[in-house]
This record gives sequence, C-alpha cells and structure tokens, in this order.
Amino acid sequence: MGILEVKGVNKRFGGLQALGDVNLSIAENTVHAIIGPNGAGKSTLLNVLIGKLIPDTGSVMFDGQSVLGRAPHEINQMGISRVFQTPEIFSELNVMENMMISCFAKRDGSFRMQAMADMFGEKDVVEKAEKMLVDMEMADKRYDHTAAMSRGDKRRLEIAMCLSQEPRLLLLDEPTAGMARADTNNTIDLLKQIKDERDITIAIIEHDMHVVFSLSERITVLAQGTPLVEDTPDNIKGHPKVKEAYLGEAA
Amino acid sequence: MLGLEKKDFNLLMVVVALSLFAPLILNIFPKESAFAFFNGGYPDLMQRFAIFGIFAIGFNILFGLTGYLSFGHAAFLGVGSYAAVWMFKLLGYNVLPGLILSVVVAGLLSVVIGFVSLRRSGIYFSILTLAFAQMMYSIAYSDLFGRWLGITLTNGETGLQVYNNDPQILMGPDSSTVPHIFGLEMSSRLTLPVGPWEFVFPVGYYFCAIFLVISFYLSIRIFRSPFGLMLRAVKSNNQRMTYTGLNPRPYTLAAFIISGMYAGLAGGLLASMDPLAGAERMYWTESGAVVIMTVLGGVGTLIGPVLGAGTIKYMENIISKMNEKLLHEWFSFLPESLEKAMVWSASWFTGEGWHMTQGVVFMLVIIFLPGGLVQGSNKLFGRRKRKSTDDAATKQPAE
Ligand SMILES: Nc1ncnc2c1ncn2[C@@H]1O[C@H](COP(=O)(O)OP(=O)(O)OP(=O)(O)O)[C@@H](O)[C@H]1O
Ligand SMILES: [Mg+2]
Repeated sequence: MGILEVKGVNKRFGGLQALGDVNLSIAENTVHAIIGPNGAGKSTLLNVLIGKLIPDTGSVMFDGQSVLGRAPHEINQMGISRVFQTPEIFSELNVMENMMISCFAKRDGSFRMQAMADMFGEKDVVEKAEKMLVDMEMADKRYDHTAAMSRGDKRRLEIAMCLSQEPRLLLLDEPTAGMARADTNNTIDLLKQIKDERDITIAIIEHDMHVVFSLSERITVLAQGTPLVEDTPDNIKGHPKVKEAYLGEAA
Repeated sequence: MLGLEKKDFNLLMVVVALSLFAPLILNIFPKESAFAFFNGGYPDLMQRFAIFGIFAIGFNILFGLTGYLSFGHAAFLGVGSYAAVWMFKLLGYNVLPGLILSVVVAGLLSVVIGFVSLRRSGIYFSILTLAFAQMMYSIAYSDLFGRWLGITLTNGETGLQVYNNDPQILMGPDSSTVPHIFGLEMSSRLTLPVGPWEFVFPVGYYFCAIFLVISFYLSIRIFRSPFGLMLRAVKSNNQRMTYTGLNPRPYTLAAFIISGMYAGLAGGLLASMDPLAGAERMYWTESGAVVIMTVLGGVGTLIGPVLGAGTIKYMENIISKMNEKLLHEWFSFLPESLEKAMVWSASWFTGEGWHMTQGVVFMLVIIFLPGGLVQGSNKLFGRRKRKSTDDAATKQPAE
C-alpha cells in the first residue's frame, strides 16, 4: 500500500475526458514523477488530490483515509501540500509574513482567534519561519516585498512555505518551468536535499527530463488523461510507448 | 508600551493628543474674526468626528484587511442607535446599558448578515450587504416587526424617542432627564474664554473621544496580531490560504462581526449624544459615506479612517453652512458683476451643493493619491514609501 492510492478516477470537462480511469499508487518516502505532454491531465490530477476538483468517479486515499468530500484546507491539514504551476504566494505581503502564515497554519490549525497577541511575539512561529528561511538561503530576503521577486525566488518561497507545514506528501507542479539553467540546477539540489533530510513523499510533475531523471525513483507517464506506463527511470527512458506519447508517432 | 511597538505607540499618542486638544485646535480662529466660520470646535461636530472615526476604524478592519467591501454597514449603525434608545426608554438615561446593548445587538445582527453575505465575494458580497441594509431600512421605516408584534419597535418614520410615560425603571425622582454617565450629563460643557477666543470643552465629546482612543488602540492590536495577518492573507490570496490549511470563512466572518460591533458602538454613541433613532441612519447613503471616509483617509492604514471621517464630517458641516448671504459678504470686495459671477459659481459647491465638493475632493484624492490622505501626508513629510502596500506590520531588519 502506498501513502497515496488513486483508483479509477475519471473527470470530464464537458466533452473532454481530462482524466480517464486513473490508477496511481505512490509509495511512502519516494520521489514519484508524473510526466506527459501538454494537456495530458497532470495538473487536473493534482487538483483532484488537493480537493480543488471533485472527480466524477473513483477514490483517492491518503494514508488510509479518503480525501474526497473534504474541504481543501482539511486535506492540507491531513498532510498534503502543493506547489503550483504558477507560484501562489501572498504577493502583497513580505517574505517573512508569507512564511509566518504557513507556520501559524501548522501550529494552530485551520482557524484560531488570536486578535490581541503580537504576531512577532509568537516566538516559536517566528523562530521556525526564520530557520526555514535560513535553510532555504532566503534569510537576506526576509523583508523583501514578494511581488517584485524573481520567479525562481517566488517558487523557492512557495516550497519553503509548503515545507514549513511538514507535509507527508509534497506535490510539485512544474517547479522549474520558466527557470534559467542555473536556477533549475539549484532547485534540483534543493529537492534532493529535502528528500534526504526529511521523511517526505514527493510527487513531481515536470517537462524537463533532466530534472525528472535526476530526482525520481518511479515515473508515471500520463497521456490524454490515462496512465500509459509506470516504471523506473531507466526503463522509462527508451520505452516505445513514451516516445509515442511525446512524439505522436508509432515507434 | 501597552503591547505596542514604538511606531504604533507614537501613532496612538498622536490620536490621544488630537482628541484631547481638539477643542483648542478646532477653535483656532478668534470668535469675532472673519474666519471664525471655519472653526469646527463646537460640540455637535466634534462628537461626530469621534463617532464616525469609530465607525470608519471598524469598517477598515473588514475592508482594509480582508478586502471585503461592505455596502451595508449603516444597518449596524442604525440598530445600535435603536438599541440604545430602547435602553433609555426601559431603564433610564444612563448611557452605559444602552452602549452595551448596541454593541451586542449589532454583533448578533452581523453574525446573521455576515454568515449569509460571506458566501459570496467581490461585487456579489457588496450587493448582498447592500440588500440586507436596505431591507433593514425598510423594516425600520415601516416598523414592520413592531406591527407584527403589535408594539412600537422603531416608531416608523417618526423615529424612536423617549417619552415621559416610558418605564425608565432605574430612574429615581432626581435622576437626570438627559443622557448621562453616572450623573455626568453628556450635554454639559465647560466654556473657557481666553482673550478673543472661546474654547468649549463638552462632556459628550470627551466621552466619545475615550471610545475613539480605545477603538483605535484595539484596531492597532488587531492589525499586528496573528489574526490580522490572516485577514491580510484573505485579501492577498484566498487560494493559497486554503491550500495552506487555513479556512478563510471564519476569519472573514470574525472580521465582519468585529466591524459590525464597532458600527453598533458608533450608533449607540450617536443616540447617547441625542436620544433619538431614525431609519434614515440605515439608509444606503450612510453606508456609502463610511466607504468614502475610509478610502479618502487611506484603506488598510491605521490612522486613515480617522482622518477620512474627520475630513468628510468637517466638509459636511462647514461647507453646507455656507449660504448665499455669506458668499455675498465674502466676495463683496469685488466689483458687482464679478461678485455675482463668483457667488453663482461658488454656490454650486456650497450649502446644498456640498456633495459636489465632496465628490470633487474624493476624485482628486483617488486620482492623485490612491493611498488616500495618509499617502499624501507621507509624501508631504518625505517619508519613504513603505515596502508593504498597507500600513500593517512591516518590520524592518535590525541594522
Ligand atoms: N477547469 C477546467 N475546465 C475545463 N477544462 C479544463 C479545466 N482544467 C483543465 N482543463 C482541460 O483539461 C485538460 C488537461 O489539463 P491539465 O491542466 O491537467 O493539463 P497538464 O497535463 O497539466 O498540461 P500542462 O503540461 O500544459 O500543464 C486540458 O485540455 C485543459 O484544457
Ligand atoms: Mg499543468
């Protein structure tokens, strides 16, 4: 049994079958890549996992508990965090405030009324946020306004926010998209380090095969909403079905 | 100090000082001088500065922090007034029970209105709140509930007031027959002539000012709290908030209730200054006025709403008093044809036309100072542009 078990998930958008009978099992403490051409349904699958979309049929179990029917914030509290394809951060707030929000969410749950406390007086939260920024080499950007940051920095912040929640499953949607080579390599190093240092399961969607093969232990290939193959990186590399899916021709 | 950082404490002290010395500052022109007309230091206006300051501070907790624009906050102002007058009728003229009830009733009402309206966001939220407030206005204006129950609840278009045969069970034979706080009458005042000046220190105004300072202090605390941070998260990115394991709904509802209670307090204070309550206090123009005050002063800033409320109430009271006779006096030094032209054009913007002035001022501020008067004063005093768009908690690194 994997930490995440997706069974028979279907999702239609009008006439479009975005997900067709998806079965997926992700083993605990592994890095599992999901690849496939544009429009294959990868982001849609993540949307189902975090409760943003409700599938037409099928089941999603996380650590033995059903995810379906729960509100997104409850699913997050179960231990699933997601980094989005376009960075989703609090862009009116500075880096430290962004970090503190996720640290408060981890400490206090989905709602806690603390209207008379000084936010910077909550030492445990402040320390945790600062430590995470140091770990992520963002300490010097602590008071930067996030709206003006580079895409790489925004992504880094989003990852830091997700990690500060100590998730058991981290979902990454094209974390290196639009990044320069150097930034991409930094991100690979960062993710390797995360994987080595923590008990964490990572599901990563990525078009950059360099990233995929540097990180993942298992790979699922998705095409037109359906998983084609699932195997180890070595076996995926020369797989005819994969070439077919990507190049649109028989091998 | 008081759990505040130095910068915030100083701001609080500015508000305390302004409140304390308002009767002096606002009566800067000697009584008989040509400019005495512009003095705003009379009790009726000063009370309004404080009361509408409270109203706007509370409104800003909702709108400034969460970005939810309510167009129906006058409903809470109105029920606050009704609640207070009912306490005067039933218990007596001590304002304390009335103020407590006005906050409680406004709080309860905002639970209901907030719970329903917050199911939508953006323009739909605004329209829902507007619809609720207009409904409340109609109910009060026709005394619908009162007629159902067979009693007088709001007294319809006449408005609710205290009559001699009301129970007033806490009134003794020699109790005061005007609103008071433990015997100290709201309408009493100390008049202090100093040379050509005349300063008035009204009890009612200082009573309201104490609430203004407390309200302001609490709003600073809220802005700097984890709760305030979450409210800013709601405004910034609802989606990220949800996928960070936070439920935005109870946070916004809490902000809505708090701001409703502020409005209720303001309504209760209005009734404490003048023991009347009418449906017009719930009319949509009142809801619009608090939006204008907040935006004019600076949305999401701490002191902006206070400045905005002061500016609007000053304009409303002073400019609307400028009548044609006064204008003729002012322009009498000009040749007659020119004088007539000046009076004619000025009369568009004065007296009844004060709304024109308000509109023009509002437009100028929004176009040239989108951050409101606070942005203007920051520019004036050459303060560096803040790193955070709003005034809230932006710690600077220690050097
Ligand atoms: N909310 C939606 N409503 C309608 N159609 C949608 C919706 N979300 C996704 N789709 C469609 O479903 C299909 C799968 O989209 P999805 O975003 O999952 O692809 P993807 O594999 O993430 O692609 P990419 O690599 O370009 O990000 C696409 O054809 C897309 O247009
Ligand atoms: Mg995608």
